[in-house]
Amino acid sequence: MLELRDIQVTRGDFILKADLAINPGTRTAVIGASGSGKSTLLSLIAGFLAPETGRVVWNGTDLTESAPGKRPISILFQDQNLFPHLTAAQNIGLGLRPDLRLDRAQQDQVAAVLAQVGLAGFSDRKPENLSGGQQSRIALARILLRARPILLLDEPFAALGPALKSEMLTLLDQITADMGTTVLMVTHDPNDARAFAPQTILVDDGVAHQPVATAALMDNPPAGLKDYLGLP
Amino acid sequence: MKTSLIALAILSAAPAMAQDKPVLTVYAGDSVTSEWGPGPKIEEGFEAFCNCDLKFVTGDLLPRIMMEGAGTEADIVFGLNTDVTARARASGLFAPHGQDTSDMSLPVEWTDEIFLPYNWGETAFVYDDTRLENPPKSFAELLDAPGDLKIVIQDPRSSVSGLAMLLWVKSIYGDDAADAWAKLAPKVLTVTKGWSEAYGMFTEGEADMVLSYTTSPAYHIAAEDDTTKHAAIFPEGHYFMAELVAQVASTDQPELAQKFMDWVLTPDFQKVIPLANWSLPAKLPQEEWPDVMRDLPRPQKTLFYSEDEAEAMRQPALDEWLQAFSQ
Amino acid sequence: MAASVFAIRRSIGGALTAAALAALILGTLAAVAWQARGLSALGPWDLRAIWFTIWQAVVSASLSALLAIPVARALARRRFPGRGLLITLLGAPFILPVIVAIMGLISVFGRNGLINEGLRTLNLPELSIYGWQGVILAHVFFNLPLSVRLILQGWHSIPFERFRLADSLDFRPRDIAHHLERPMLRAVLPGAWLAVFLVCLTSFTVALALGGGPKATTVELAIYQAFRFDFDLGRAATLGMIQIALCVLAMLTSRWITIPAEFGSGLDLSRNLRGPTGWRRLMDGCAIILAALFLLWPMLAVILRGLPQISQLPAEVWTAAARSVIMAVISAFWAVILSLTLALGIARSGSRLIELAGMLPLVASPLVLGTGLFILLRGTVSPQALALPITVAINAIMALPFGLRVLIPAARDLRRNYGRLAESLDIKGWSRLRFLILPQLARPIGFAAGLAAALAMGDLGVIALFPTDMPTLPLKLYQFMNSYRMAEASACAVLLMVISFALFWLCDRGGRLA
Repeated sequence: MLELRDIQVTRGDFILKADLAINPGTRTAVIGASGSGKSTLLSLIAGFLAPETGRVVWNGTDLTESAPGKRPISILFQDQNLFPHLTAAQNIGLGLRPDLRLDRAQQDQVAAVLAQVGLAGFSDRKPENLSGGQQSRIALARILLRARPILLLDEPFAALGPALKSEMLTLLDQITADMGTTVLMVTHDPNDARAFAPQTILVDDGVAHQPVATAALMDNPPAGLKDYLGLP
Repeated sequence: MKTSLIALAILSAAPAMAQDKPVLTVYAGDSVTSEWGPGPKIEEGFEAFCNCDLKFVTGDLLPRIMMEGAGTEADIVFGLNTDVTARARASGLFAPHGQDTSDMSLPVEWTDEIFLPYNWGETAFVYDDTRLENPPKSFAELLDAPGDLKIVIQDPRSSVSGLAMLLWVKSIYGDDAADAWAKLAPKVLTVTKGWSEAYGMFTEGEADMVLSYTTSPAYHIAAEDDTTKHAAIFPEGHYFMAELVAQVASTDQPELAQKFMDWVLTPDFQKVIPLANWSLPAKLPQEEWPDVMRDLPRPQKTLFYSEDEAEAMRQPALDEWLQAFSQ
Repeated sequence: MAASVFAIRRSIGGALTAAALAALILGTLAAVAWQARGLSALGPWDLRAIWFTIWQAVVSASLSALLAIPVARALARRRFPGRGLLITLLGAPFILPVIVAIMGLISVFGRNGLINEGLRTLNLPELSIYGWQGVILAHVFFNLPLSVRLILQGWHSIPFERFRLADSLDFRPRDIAHHLERPMLRAVLPGAWLAVFLVCLTSFTVALALGGGPKATTVELAIYQAFRFDFDLGRAATLGMIQIALCVLAMLTSRWITIPAEFGSGLDLSRNLRGPTGWRRLMDGCAIILAALFLLWPMLAVILRGLPQISQLPAEVWTAAARSVIMAVISAFWAVILSLTLALGIARSGSRLIELAGMLPLVASPLVLGTGLFILLRGTVSPQALALPITVAINAIMALPFGLRVLIPAARDLRRNYGRLAESLDIKGWSRLRFLILPQLARPIGFAAGLAAALAMGDLGVIALFPTDMPTLPLKLYQFMNSYRMAEASACAVLLMVISFALFWLCDRGGRLA
């Protein structure tokens, strides 16, 4: 269980409060207007931001003081998920050993995940020689390799076209289903939320609400979300 | 852009609009024109009777004049040193001073018809008796002094006093000058570009002795009431240095320029020198010197090379010096 | 059509400025050579001077770069109260007038300085500041701030997102060094090294005061001596050419070494990263404290000595100070116009040649430049009327390379990020300058202006060449020293230091607030 207990974080004159719990192995969408604090919520869970009050707890373990890399968490950002000066294989290998001293078995592991995301043979390419979709796949391959129980997605596929995006979501679906990963995904698109996440956290008016069933929320949105979605 | 042009105009035009009187342009060294230098008093004194405007222009003297050539705006060049007379004379830019130099208060005979000395002094090492209790009593003792005695001197290639020291050592040691320098070199803390940096280091307490002038202690006594600074007087003799004035041949104010030259050796002018220039007057009976100058210990022997000798010696002496410091 | 004509004209602006600059620097050299009726051969001492110049510049630049790395890293990854102020203050030695800095260094490291007094009490052998070690100490003192600034900029140029990604992947400090910091240093260090190398190549006063003797003679000093001692303009011109050749060679080499950093632009999210703890924290603290001590102590010593006398300075000093300030401001104005024109031209055309021309003033000898200008202009205007304008112009030109170093990357970013947008909206000419360039480049412009103003304020080399009846503040300082008035000289030094720093701070601050 991922719990945010009485969290409050202030950035300038913006305040975000959260007090919620998410069951392990579930997929949760995070939705809200621009600037409502969706990314702040993810940064908080990932450990890039420390809350002034409250705790972040995973399965009974308090994560609040842990460094980002020490948390049982993988995160995909909007962009900059890859180091431009490293090859695809190196970028993936970072997930095993940041110093990239990989032994034979580990190199095989990297090759295996590359194949799994459909990019066998691309190991020596640098990001500049990969398409946007291929770059996303490399990042996903690293997630696969790290196999952390929690995955945070901060709109990583926002820049991809509809076909590519659904392809990525499908791939993500396979990967996380196999590992039973707890997924939180920030999204703008109610359809993504419906398709991918049974439950949704609404971030509105400085509060991240307890997740509710996505379908119910979309069918009967509260006022703030209604405005955001452009519904009458 | 407009503002900057206007500002520049203001910067450079101010003195030009002073008055319509004829202007005597005097190129002078840096030290002359400062508030305590002789400049302001000379300007005041001359303007009192010349019905003109005396204008001091500060800068590096001879290189400037040489480059400007006959087109120079200077009417008078004030503050040339004895070391450059040969090259200044060769330029043909200067006119005779027309003064009687037979009766000067100089330790050497002065026969130059173009360059007129207005002050003089000798090279000497200055020390502070609170820091150096047993100063060397002769040049020989200085050369043999213990290694922890540190002196600061000036580079003969960039400084007048530095060059004078080169000739000082040459005149005492002649062909053995190279050995003398080799003995002195380990005691030299550093070689500075000019006199002021070296003297500054000395007053900071960095060095025990500094290459300066026999008249330097007078400043400390008169201006600071400090009697701890002395020039070490050596029986081997001290090298003569004078500052010179000359009129420019191509001047557009020949009468004014001559009037100025005629004034330089008068007591009226000469009395300004000791306490403003901190050097000795070129033509003033000793009774009329200020006490502080008259009471200074005087060297018994003054050394001086003729212009031609000095010019011929300059390069070889410099090579010896460079050699000594490159060991 | 109109837009394309305009585009061509604008890139010609940069090229023309560069050509004028090159013509000026090479032309003045030619003028000096012409005046001398040709070049003269060099003596053995000149060759030694060339060797020493290169040697000390290499050592000074390498040492500055090496020492700057831990300081820049500590400043980049630590947050503490007063950090911004400290970074600004640590920059101060670079804009300090040389003579003031030497006074400060001597009072700390000299024979009677605090360090040697401490060593004496402990019965330890003394350190000597005189000799080659003094020259290098002073050069590191002057240029460590420059290196720290350039390297710190490199650290800041690593996008925040990279550090975030590294954090999420559990990078240890060693991995961050390997994947982020080393590639950045590889890209930034050659430039930082080169900048210091070039500055040290033309060093003059430092070598003269602390060199300890003719063993530590630099080329610029040899040029001065050729002018002053031998009136040998031909030799001065030859040495000037060698200096420029050394510069061009060094710049070409570093071009070849430099690899452009592959760091895309990042969102400038406010950083909230925790630096590594443990002994690394201690090391960072030590680096910052040592750097602050080394750089600020000598300045403090100058202030303590001179401050009590300031009220007794005569009125003419304040006149000279006002004159210096006006000249510095005009110099800074022109330096910004020139470097902005060049930087925009370089960003537009990517021309290496323009960039090279922009760096030339760094190694052009101010002596040759001043004398050459003088020879070229004499006969047309009175030399006295020339003194101040030429001083202003030369100081503006001398400050160019430093302005360019900050303006070129900024102009490139501007073009990359908004160039197409501006073109599609047909924003050009004055409105482009007013609404795009000035607001977006305000920070580097402010920095460049501040640097130019401060450097012009402390200039002595150029002004001393020309006859003038209107002394500047540094000249006044020398006049005090020449009249035995060391106390007033040290008060003057404080004044000079404070004004230089205030000018820099005002411009820099102005740029940040704009």
